[in-house]
Amino acid sequence: MKRVLVGIKRVVDYNVRIRVKPDGSGVITDGVKMSVNPFDEIALEEALRIKERGLAEEVIVATVGPADCQQQLRTALAMGADRALHVQADGVVEPLVAARALLKLIEREQPLLVILGKQAIDDDNGQTGQVLAALWNRPQATYASKIELSAGTARVTREVDAGLETLDVDLPAVITTDLRLNEPRYVKLPDIMKAKKKPLETLTLGALGVEQRQQLKLVRFDPPPQRQKGIRVTDAAELLAALKSKGLL
Amino acid sequence: MSSRVLIIAEHDGTKLNASTAKCVTCAQGIPGAQITIVVCAVDAAAVAAQAAQLSGVARVLCVENPANRHALAAVWAPQVLAIAAPFSHILGPSTTFGKDLMARIAGLLGAPQVSDIMAIESATRFRRPVYAGNAILTVESSGEGQLVGTVRTASFQAAAGGGAAPIEKAAVSVELPTHTRFVSVSAARSDRPDLQTARRVISGGRALGSAEGFRILYSLADKLGAAVGASRAAVDAGYAPNEMQVGQTGKIIAPELYVAVGISGAIQHLTGIKDARTIVAINKDGEAPIFEVADIGLVGDLFQIIPEIERLL
Repeated sequence: MKRVLVGIKRVVDYNVRIRVKPDGSGVITDGVKMSVNPFDEIALEEALRIKERGLAEEVIVATVGPADCQQQLRTALAMGADRALHVQADGVVEPLVAARALLKLIEREQPLLVILGKQAIDDDNGQTGQVLAALWNRPQATYASKIELSAGTARVTREVDAGLETLDVDLPAVITTDLRLNEPRYVKLPDIMKAKKKPLETLTLGALGVEQRQQLKLVRFDPPPQRQKGIRVTDAAELLAALKSKGLL
Repeated sequence: MSSRVLIIAEHDGTKLNASTAKCVTCAQGIPGAQITIVVCAVDAAAVAAQAAQLSGVARVLCVENPANRHALAAVWAPQVLAIAAPFSHILGPSTTFGKDLMARIAGLLGAPQVSDIMAIESATRFRRPVYAGNAILTVESSGEGQLVGTVRTASFQAAAGGGAAPIEKAAVSVELPTHTRFVSVSAARSDRPDLQTARRVISGGRALGSAEGFRILYSLADKLGAAVGASRAAVDAGYAPNEMQVGQTGKIIAPELYVAVGISGAIQHLTGIKDARTIVAINKDGEAPIFEVADIGLVGDLFQIIPEIERLL
């Protein structure tokens, strides 16, 4: 069966104003809305469109994290994923551990394509897709803004600093998504009801033979330095005078 | 204590990207750093010569292969791996080039990666932004094994020239994959300065109203020798191409002067300009969040103000 595997992460919702805990141990997450990482939502949307075009038969969504992550897997099922895999893991899941777990799922499910978000909006690491492609010894196409599948290959347009780069990659491959790949669909209420009946399998890192190992210690979180409040000018001439006085013109 | 640092050069085949000189400055913050730059290319001579001039660089290694014409992570990473063994730290810039490549190298090494290094506290301790820059995280590695890092280029000045490091060829024979093939790159050719390294940047937002509306910015930018950027809203609306996007998901920049025109100042945009020396905001809405970070604010109609600035210059 032609499958697309999508990795998702549970993160603090992008609309939440982030506040660092006074003791520096992290950011405040109590009573804060949690969501599917927005780039991962784009990854799932793309997988669903690939299936709707008849180029894949099944969309599997997977995550590595604590029990709460099942809420986000249910959201993904409501969006249209066929089944979900939850690899239970507590503590900080580093990209290498997530990638090792996803590789185990790949070996089991044999997807033709794996799509992930380019980065999670909490730790902003932006590593898991590339690490997974390295471990799997398969192509990677990061920051995708367009994906065209044909027999055995994918043509991917990537958003790079210079502009748009196009690559051909043999399948299977890992693709990570950028913002402009698509606009994810909204979940409708009947779909949420239906999603409750879709299969969600729980696994553990241990059962997959992956060690939960944290290589980087999170020492301290600090709030970012604030900029000093500036001045107001009333017209273009005053603006230019202010810039000249700062030696900028 | 000394650390052996390998920096992967970013280049276009003939010219070394300024991001590499910023990685050198970052690496110099590691106590006792001995810095090697590796140039992966078809013919590395020209780029290696530029890398050798960077002050603080001890050695430049050339890894030459006809397959290195384009910076394909799947092709470059195994070649870097082949020479990586002696190094404690392997760094690249936090540009799309470096972000794509370095994590693949980290994967091959099974090593941890510190993304977006903004400050170095010791050979094992680093500071980096998380949550779109809304928090600064200090991380520490065990010091055992190798460490990969991407360098937030906006946080470091470029290393000065004047050096004369020896240039050596590295003999690398590893089998390279053919499963990833470059097709094309499309970039708007522009005579303006590069957005990521420009000393002056003028950015436009949705208030410019159209691609036509951006013309007044291009005109002013040319008079100021400035690069032109855009907010995500302006890019999404099709007023400017994606490579002009400034912000968390676009380019993160640190010019001396940043002029935000008709940009409200969404948090993801502000993340991209935090390190600008002076921020000027021009917006008709005096309550726009951009004014909270602006050093100089001007409330008014940009379609009158921008041409007037140009006239007065």
